[in-house]
Amino acid sequence: MQSPGAIEISRRDLLAASAATVTVVSAHSLSHAQTKATTESQSTKVTFKVNGESRELRLDNRTSLLDALREHLHLTGTKKGCDHGQCGACTVLIDGRRANACLTLAVMHEGDSITTLEGLGQPENLHPMQAAFVKHDGFQCGYCTPGQICSSVAMLEEIRANIPSHVTRDLTAPAEITSDEIRERMSGNICRCGAYSNIVEAITEVAGRKA
Amino acid sequence: MRFDTPATTNPIDQGKVVGKPIHRIDGPLKTTGKAVYAYEWHDRNTRYAYGYVVGSAIAKGRIRSMDTAAAKKAPGVIAVVTTEAVGELKKGKYNTAKLFGGMEIQHYHQAIAVVVAETFEEARAAAALVKVDYTEEKGAFDLAAAKDSAVEPEGGGASGAGDFDAGFEAAPVKLDQIYTTPDQSHAMMEPHASIAAWNGDDLTVWTSSQMIDWWRTDLATTLGIDKEKVHTMSPFVGGGFGVKLFLRADAVLAALSAREAGRPVKVALPRPFLMNNTTHRPATIQRIRIGAGRDGKITAIGHESWSGDLPGGGPEVAVQQTRLLYAGENRMTAMRLATLDLPEGNAMRAPGEAPGMMALEIAIDEMAEKLGLDPVEFRIINDTQVDPENPERPFSHRNLIGCLRTGAERFGWRERSKKAGARREGDWLVGMGVAAAFRNNLVLPSAARIRLDREGIVTVETDMTDIGTGSYTIIAQTAAEMLGVPIEKVAVSLGDSRFPVSSGSGGQFGGNCSTAGVYAACVKLREAVAQKLSFNSAEDLIFAESEVRSGDRRMPLAQAVADEALVAEDRIEFGDLTKTHQQSTFGAHFVEVGVDVATGETRIRRMLAVCAAGRILNPITARSQVIGAMTMGVGGALSEELVVDKERGFFVNHDLAAYEVPVHADIPHQDVVFLDETDPMSSPMKAKGVAELGICGVAAAVANAIYNATAIRVRNYPITLDKLIKELPEIS
Repeated sequence: MQSPGAIEISRRDLLAASAATVTVVSAHSLSHAQTKATTESQSTKVTFKVNGESRELRLDNRTSLLDALREHLHLTGTKKGCDHGQCGACTVLIDGRRANACLTLAVMHEGDSITTLEGLGQPENLHPMQAAFVKHDGFQCGYCTPGQICSSVAMLEEIRANIPSHVTRDLTAPAEITSDEIRERMSGNICRCGAYSNIVEAITEVAGRKA
Repeated sequence: MRFDTPATTNPIDQGKVVGKPIHRIDGPLKTTGKAVYAYEWHDRNTRYAYGYVVGSAIAKGRIRSMDTAAAKKAPGVIAVVTTEAVGELKKGKYNTAKLFGGMEIQHYHQAIAVVVAETFEEARAAAALVKVDYTEEKGAFDLAAAKDSAVEPEGGGASGAGDFDAGFEAAPVKLDQIYTTPDQSHAMMEPHASIAAWNGDDLTVWTSSQMIDWWRTDLATTLGIDKEKVHTMSPFVGGGFGVKLFLRADAVLAALSAREAGRPVKVALPRPFLMNNTTHRPATIQRIRIGAGRDGKITAIGHESWSGDLPGGGPEVAVQQTRLLYAGENRMTAMRLATLDLPEGNAMRAPGEAPGMMALEIAIDEMAEKLGLDPVEFRIINDTQVDPENPERPFSHRNLIGCLRTGAERFGWRERSKKAGARREGDWLVGMGVAAAFRNNLVLPSAARIRLDREGIVTVETDMTDIGTGSYTIIAQTAAEMLGVPIEKVAVSLGDSRFPVSSGSGGQFGGNCSTAGVYAACVKLREAVAQKLSFNSAEDLIFAESEVRSGDRRMPLAQAVADEALVAEDRIEFGDLTKTHQQSTFGAHFVEVGVDVATGETRIRRMLAVCAAGRILNPITARSQVIGAMTMGVGGALSEELVVDKERGFFVNHDLAAYEVPVHADIPHQDVVFLDETDPMSSPMKAKGVAELGICGVAAAVANAIYNATAIRVRNYPITLDKLIKELPEIS
């Protein structure tokens, strides 16, 4: 994974490009402006690990990590809810840290190790967080669920690593796993079915079991 | 099976499987990424192409010309299908706005082209190259401005009893207030998506639909092909809340572009298209008048609602519950419909009651205060066991009072300050609110096919969908109960147009009706089993522990199967019990809020719903439906509003950053209580719906709690801090 600075620049460029796309749709008078940058199709070879397995892909540079997973590797456990970094359904773990796969380009991940929901557990061999979601009915339609589960696994590690959040009262004391901390830190993962109350119970159970 | 007399004792009453807290049978698939949604179907031997939609940049007018030359030359582009080239298409029965075809623009982001390319990135880039010339027309986008031009909707919709005007005039205590609710978006997590594949004249569409048969029929109509040639599938649906009831543009565009491209095409609507390309819950302006005696008895109740829609559309039936919820001899309801050129207004979770209860249940709270009555008691005083407009017509079963009393007890209602704005904890003004919950029980025919094989495995097939509602699980429970097998022996296949037509998912009818359809098919299968095993009749047989028993005779169920599986199919059809009896579901919502005295920020501290909704088929999935609805209700109370650009005519906040649905941090632990009851008038399952009941009244309970906390009455949703801050007490 590249340095945060490099990601910032790329992300801004990406946003600028997608903003132009939206403008054209919404204001036809501007439709001459944006052609050159988007018509050049360039591809790059990238190699990264997905769920422990090395994968080599040649990808259009514009391909998001999310679309690389879904459309090229057919790992559709990772969901596309908004493609804008607003819903969290595409949350995956990149070198153990959670990220919205729609907000990062696949070619930026040379050598990275990516874990998707499929890498956590399988129907006959559930990860404790997956099992807790089933037990507490922490989902309904299931579409935000992969993001919720990946996010919650990494989120608990963030608390254990003593990374503070907006609701952490004492920055000098060890971070605690409380319902308020869980709710705050999980707020980037939207569940429109409204399973939040159950999700927090599932996460709390897993946190308690490990602690 | 025709259901036209109240259900008597039947195998469902055993309650060995039905009614038990069984975890979702699709849970392991959904939590591991193995549940396959519409855009995710993949055949390794197929090269899929990608379609990217182009939407109209104007709200009303005509396309003068389209220039697709640059898009067609762009790298990877296979085809560009335009609304101009396709020409007028027939509109589906359930659509108000056309989905595609022709030069007329009816609303912003109406689909006008789809660009098909080898990759998603190429299709998206080329879609930006389509140039469109429009002739823009002036449209009407502001409900308040259009209110005076609103007319009585087709079919009228006005109702009444007694003499409302005289009754209201004569009442010693009166309320006359206006309430508004904004346009709202379903904002489900899975965007509309379809993959279409042609094989000669046969079309297969993987899509995300709540109603398989409605989509199939309307897709065939729109494409001008025989319905029998269309195969639609939606085994997993990433939420709908009403926006996937009716055929949408992604399916039409996928089908047209797959034909043009000569290979399967995938089309998903980008997230911003959800708000302006599809449907939304229309805004309302509601006037409520209530007159009561000093004893607290309502003598006159009137509810009028104004809403808007495109030409040919309908009103938001926000007055519906007021016809039935409270007693009172003098009554009137009326609706007016304005023509607006915003995107199509249509059903969203509890259409009618959800926005109607947002207004009515504030009015009831206000009236209780005027009368000096506790709002729980005021509601109890005005309970009715008959349809107040037609007193000869009783409710099939109504325990609103039980919901209110149980809720008040469990929530600690007596701790509520009788004086508004009187409880303060540090920086927080704290208050409690209550609202009734009410939603009618709808019934639709529903069919299913049951197969029993030699291993004793029962397979249920129905085109019913599971949009997060728990259909897979409650259908498996129903078949397991009816046939006396463990739930592990039941396989459920849903969401495929090759299966018998079900009620589908909507209007909180899906759970009750689809399981009733499975019940009917199981009754037929029981008869077939009885015959195969040479029992005299199926009626007094006991199906238990994978055996069939009559007196001393016991036979293994699977023995009824010879070489080929035993198959039975039937459909539940409903007689006139919904006409002779009013069937509704009831509940009470209790909410405690804190309002920051300095900022006016509202935080939900506690929530409880008590529901009386017939037999609860599975308390886990039913509870999830209710907490989810409570969560959406909080959004409606505090943050959800599609902001209208009244000049350009579109919803400005068309994404999940600007259209604010509740997130984890907004929602506390939620409690739900189901009263133990059955309703034999509803179906052989004796169940009713809960999924929409759960949202009805929630926003008003929040509004009433905010009033109790702050003494500020806000009648215009959502209750954002700017509406509170000016009237909050001075702080030093």
